[in-house]
Amino acid sequence: MLRFVGKRLFEGIFVLIGISIMLFIIARIIPGDPARMSLGPRAPQFAVDELRKEMHLDKSLPVQYLYWIKGVLQGDFGKSINTKRPVSTDIKEFLPATLELVLFSGIFLIILSILLGLLAAKYRDTLVDNMIRGLSYIGIAIPAFALAILLLLLFGYVWQVIPVLGRLSSGVAAPIHITGLFAFDSLITGNFTTFFDTLGHLILPALALATGPLFQEARLLRASLVDNMGKEYISVATGYGLPSRVIMTRYLLRPSFIPVVPVMGMDLASLMGNAFLVEKIFNWPGISRYGMNALLNKDLNAISAVFLVFGAIFLLVNIIVDIIVASLDPRIRLGAKS
Amino acid sequence: MNEHLLDIRNLKTWYRTYQGYAQVVDGVNLTIDAGKKIGIVGESGCGKTTTMKSVLRVLDERKAYLPEGEILFKNQNILKMRETELQQIRRKNISMISQEPSAALNPVFTVGQQIFDVISYSKQDDTAKNKKELTDIAIKAIRDVFIPDPERILECYPHQLSGGMKQRICIAMALVTPRELLIADEPGTALDVTIQDQIHRLLRALVDEKQTALIMITHSLGVVRELVDQIYVMYAGNIVEVATTNELFKNPLHPYTRGLMDCVPRLSGGGISAGIYGYVPDYVHPTPGCRFSPRCPYVKEICRVQKPLMLEVSEGHTVACFRYTDSFTEQHRQEESIGERA
Ligand SMILES: Nc1ncnc2c1ncn2[C@@H]1O[C@H](COP(=O)(O)OP(=O)(O)O)[C@@H](O)[C@H]1O
Ligand SMILES: [Mg+2]
Repeated sequence: MLRFVGKRLFEGIFVLIGISIMLFIIARIIPGDPARMSLGPRAPQFAVDELRKEMHLDKSLPVQYLYWIKGVLQGDFGKSINTKRPVSTDIKEFLPATLELVLFSGIFLIILSILLGLLAAKYRDTLVDNMIRGLSYIGIAIPAFALAILLLLLFGYVWQVIPVLGRLSSGVAAPIHITGLFAFDSLITGNFTTFFDTLGHLILPALALATGPLFQEARLLRASLVDNMGKEYISVATGYGLPSRVIMTRYLLRPSFIPVVPVMGMDLASLMGNAFLVEKIFNWPGISRYGMNALLNKDLNAISAVFLVFGAIFLLVNIIVDIIVASLDPRIRLGAKS
Repeated sequence: MNEHLLDIRNLKTWYRTYQGYAQVVDGVNLTIDAGKKIGIVGESGCGKTTTMKSVLRVLDERKAYLPEGEILFKNQNILKMRETELQQIRRKNISMISQEPSAALNPVFTVGQQIFDVISYSKQDDTAKNKKELTDIAIKAIRDVFIPDPERILECYPHQLSGGMKQRICIAMALVTPRELLIADEPGTALDVTIQDQIHRLLRALVDEKQTALIMITHSLGVVRELVDQIYVMYAGNIVEVATTNELFKNPLHPYTRGLMDCVPRLSGGGISAGIYGYVPDYVHPTPGCRFSPRCPYVKEICRVQKPLMLEVSEGHTVACFRYTDSFTEQHRQEESIGERA
């Protein structure tokens, strides 16, 4: 297992290097002089030349890449044109907000999809199954941003039961910075006012973000469960008088999860990138929104940094997925022939 | 009244399909006494597995429908049993070896975990909780089916075993705790002939030793000849002939049985076996008469419209065919013999 993880991490490094080269090239072939862009049209030419030298733009591309990657490794992504701050400062501020949102979304996604999938499979072809199916079609069809607006209007304005917009209500102090995840930081420092307030702010955007993939996963799990129910080993286990509870939770659930986990992992990682509209709507100071703004403003340093961070997270999720699948499926863990 | 171990009476098992009910098992009668060995022979698709899965009630209830029949195990109707009683029968009295050993084991659990589950639900006493005792019982069962290094096998996952080993594990699992009846569904069919032969001898030795009654299912008459005392010949969901093994081979009566005999490879030569023309019929729209009539070389008008009943032609030898009833006139018989000579 350890060797397996080590191997995947090692491979991951190469993928990241690949991504970084690609990002670098894209950033450099986009027309426009970054030095000129950052100084503005009215800056004198000698100042621009000076900056070009400082940014190593006068060197060859491979040398430029090495300078850039050296900076990146030290956490220096350069300055953002938009915020006029070092990109690394921005990332430190915005990344935890999105991570927290996605983690909460992930909790909704995992718990609800398993619950719905199990229910639908257990009561397949009955009213329960049909209702979940109907609900799923709606959940999958409705875009996250539309749902976000709907939730915002209903709960935030019509009924005003849940606080909306931002991560905290005005007047509630941010918790001491430990991880940057407000719910986590406030909980372990015993700051319950902040904890419940930020929890309230999290629910709606997390739900809006999770809904689509949640129903997709529920359908997938149901299909996998129903498929495995027809397998001979289930009939055999039944024939030996094993209780249906044991068959359902042990003999059936584990093999049925195997095809679902990779899709779930990828959907979870995709939430990072897909979050920008929901962040925009809920005024959530997240990195997805930051990245989208960077794209719209050709803020190259910020774009590179955001993509690199997303890439790294994708890889990490991928490795975690592989570990879970390998622990579920001995054929993968022990290397089956087919 | 003589109590049979298992007494299947007029069993009908249908499947729901989009075209309508597939009336697969069509009034099967079968009995087996304690410690006896019988064979059920019929080509694939004739409903052997369906019949036996009906006995353990492991067919998907959404798909299978049993409109008629009784399955008496020691005079208790399995089809009417409550879940708890049924579970006791499955855990302690009857076990079944699946036709597909490769699919019968759960791919994500070790052989040991799966055998332990079977033992602990079968025992339901302190053994069930004692890992050491479970292991001992499992190891003995695996040794009984001649797999070397049982300790290691317990730690293996199914994909790490060969087909022959999986088949043996399935047998070990079925006999890991004492049973009164073992149903073996075409054991070894998925394997090559030499291994199949070993598996059959192994099964026979095990049931003899443990005095377990055996229902041996196969699609080939030659296979059961050495193994069982009595043979049920099945065609398209009907039992068409029942006789002791010797009697059946000496004096096969039903045209289908004779066709099966021709399929048995004969070492003495005699040319290419004739086999039987055609294939198992459509179960959704079965003929009202004898289900074999579309393929029968001796078919007469009555065969197409009326079902032949089981008729005892000699002590312990019954056949369902109009050729052996009185209504099948002498004239027909003569016509037929002329036809045969021609
Ligand atoms: N779940 C099912 N739904 C519909 N038809 C089925 C189902 N299972 C088996 N059958 C049909 O029942 C017939 C008998 O199958 P089976 O009992 O497996 O025969 P055998 O074991 O003698 O080969 C076949 O024609 C098969 O197609
Ligand atoms: Mg079969």
